[in-house]
Amino acid sequence: MALCVRIIPCLDVDAGRVVKGTRFRDLRDAGDPVELAARYDAEGADEIVFYDITASHERRATSVALARRAAEEVFIPYTIGGGVRTVEDMRAMLRSGADKVSVNTAAVKNPDLISEGAERFGSQCVVLSVDVKRREDGPGWEVYLNGGRVNTGRDALEWLVEGERRGAGEYVLNSMDADGTETGYDLELISAVAEHTNLPVIASGGAGHPDHMVAAVEAGADAVLAASIFHFGEWSIAEVKAWMKKAGIPVR
Amino acid sequence: MSLVDYGAGNTLSVTRALRKAGADVELTPDPDRVARADAVVLPGVGAFGDCMRKLRERGMDEACLDACRSGKPFLGVCVGLQVLFEGSEESPGVAGLGVLPGRVVRLRAKGLKVPHMGWNHLDIVREHPVLAGLDGEAFYFVHSYHPAPREERDLLGTAEYGGRFCAAAGRENLVAVQFHPEKSSRAGLRLYENFLDWARGDG
Repeated sequence: MALCVRIIPCLDVDAGRVVKGTRFRDLRDAGDPVELAARYDAEGADEIVFYDITASHERRATSVALARRAAEEVFIPYTIGGGVRTVEDMRAMLRSGADKVSVNTAAVKNPDLISEGAERFGSQCVVLSVDVKRREDGPGWEVYLNGGRVNTGRDALEWLVEGERRGAGEYVLNSMDADGTETGYDLELISAVAEHTNLPVIASGGAGHPDHMVAAVEAGADAVLAASIFHFGEWSIAEVKAWMKKAGIPVR
Repeated sequence: MSLVDYGAGNTLSVTRALRKAGADVELTPDPDRVARADAVVLPGVGAFGDCMRKLRERGMDEACLDACRSGKPFLGVCVGLQVLFEGSEESPGVAGLGVLPGRVVRLRAKGLKVPHMGWNHLDIVREHPVLAGLDGEAFYFVHSYHPAPREERDLLGTAEYGGRFCAAAGRENLVAVQFHPEKSSRAGLRLYENFLDWARGDG
């Protein structure tokens, strides 16, 4: 049997609470991050991603305390992201129990962060996360920073290729157009990235039904990340997995 | 029970999971404590050569060898499994502990991504108390190398990734797994519980 497609609940954490918004706005409270992550572990989640969504623009290091607390209760791999700015930040997260760190804004501003992180800790620890939005004036996607507040004007594919060359281990593709809408992932984005790069692709943004996840995998995703669909009890992890299995996708 | 602390990256996660499984585990950098423990767990991530160097610098290589030879239950995890073999393609010229015959080789998974990272299924080749009830379960793997036991009787379990490879090995008091039980949810905790039972003589 081959590798299983991973189902990854994403927990956006703001001041110690899980929140979820639509198109990166209108945040709603969804509980304690470690309690929620432990519940997802018990329900069959394959990994967890914690994003400290306030970190980027407040310029504070992502909470090592969160990583440490999660180590007590979560027995699947987890990634910490948001405001990881230095190799020292990465080291602190990994030492505190995180399996991977996710870099986004800081990596665009200082691409050496990817190279140095990969060199020090191994590519498998370095997740390159990108917030992208379709160009208004033509084909393709642009990279945004600071939780979607700043448009760099930079082509997303070109940036991801550079990230791979620098030693990133996998990508999280956050579609800002689809985020929180529950109308499906940006499949063209997934296909384009899967075609132009060689790293595992984690689709993010837009999941509202397990069929969306099936479509993302068929478009080339190795893993699917989702938030609202799980946090507000619309679908359980087990239900999503059963659905995907029926569609012929290998899941745990 | 002692968990060998030699600066490996995943000791915190392994400690937490062993405790969750009910172990009275001490994380120790002291070879004498390892020598006195009733059971030993050797974790490990990163490069083979780097792990061996760290073990040697702390005198832990001898302590682990003594533990292996003394007959006390010994569990190796990931690179903690690999160093039980004689050497590795990853770090030519660096000797492993050599308590299991064979070498560690690069994953040759044609057309597939290496490292092999994610959940994959364990197929048990030979029954072992530590693997009881885990045949066909998925475990979390992150690795680019795997052991190739020279003696078939040491092979306990395999996984499939562009070909079959050894995912669990052992003999007598030694048992070792290439995957990460501490990151493998219920199946992983079950493996640690099995190890505890086995170490207590109920396995």
